[in-house]
Amino acid sequence: MARIIVVTSGKGGVGKTTTSASISTGIAKRGHKTVVIDFDVGLRNLDLIMNCERRVVYDFVNVIQGEASLNQALIRDKRVNTLFILPASQTREKEALTKEGVERVINELAQTFDYIICDSPAGIEHGAQMALYFADEAIVVTNPEVSSVRDSDRILGILQSKSRRAEKGQDPVKEHLLVTRYNPVRVERGEMLSVADIEEILAIPLMGVIPESQIVLNSSNQGLPVILETESDAGQAYDDAVARLLGEEREHRFMTAQKKGFFSRMFKGG
Amino acid sequence: MSFLDYFRSKKTNTANVAKERLQIIVAHERGHRKQPDYLPALQQELLAVIRKYVDISDDMVQVEIDRTDTCSVLELNVTLPEK
Repeated sequence: MARIIVVTSGKGGVGKTTTSASISTGIAKRGHKTVVIDFDVGLRNLDLIMNCERRVVYDFVNVIQGEASLNQALIRDKRVNTLFILPASQTREKEALTKEGVERVINELAQTFDYIICDSPAGIEHGAQMALYFADEAIVVTNPEVSSVRDSDRILGILQSKSRRAEKGQDPVKEHLLVTRYNPVRVERGEMLSVADIEEILAIPLMGVIPESQIVLNSSNQGLPVILETESDAGQAYDDAVARLLGEEREHRFMTAQKKGFFSRMFKGG
Repeated sequence: MSFLDYFRSKKTNTANVAKERLQIIVAHERGHRKQPDYLPALQQELLAVIRKYVDISDDMVQVEIDRTDTCSVLELNVTLPEK
């Protein structure tokens, strides 16, 4: 049975695509056959983040409309050979994603893949609803910032009422909180919501905390999923999150400010 | 609090403000989420009926449903204008 996981948030710009790229790469690196689907029709970007933008021939909508087979549209990742990308269409309307069409593609993928990661567009409209409809689990990406937390709560409401599991009265979609762009220094100064605050408000289990890091922009510049930057704090935090998603127990890291020593204060200007 | 903190300007803890505001708005929105779809229409129709007899404005009729384990209560609150 394939695990279908949606990466969602409501709000835009919080790190859904960055997270989808890293989580899918991390799962595939552990040997599981994984596909990541870009649901953001018209604003395709997962291909760019994963460095396969020049290899896109057919897309998700082509497959739904029978203009191409899945095998023609799937792009095999050059770094991890158990990872495949199904890009979004750049030219069609969001409405091209019909519930029946998406279901057919997901069912076909489920026959050969262990993990199906759905990268949701921002918002709560049709595209976002299609991305979460078939999910068994949801990674809710949240920034420590009021509008992001509120929108996350909104998307949790939609997961609990409009997903297939909710409509069919099955077990609810399993929810995971992933806090991104976390800055422990600002949290200690009382300038930023803490992980504990966000957990208390959203009341869902914490899957990981990704520290705010320059490496995220650096890696997206190059089309390299952050998780492959194995020396970086953000890369390691994503690796921890993947391990927890796959059932491993790992302590949370990067949640407290690193105390700077006297010398680093002197030479780096504190 | 360290020695250096003493010299820093006292700023309000804005994270706490954010948390309190979020707790209120999220609780409010969750309450509305559980309300059935027909509630706004019911409210409009009730308003129309009451208006046949009394002149009231839109916000003077509140309709809510409270659910407990064993029963649901439809709560209708009509504020009549002062004479």
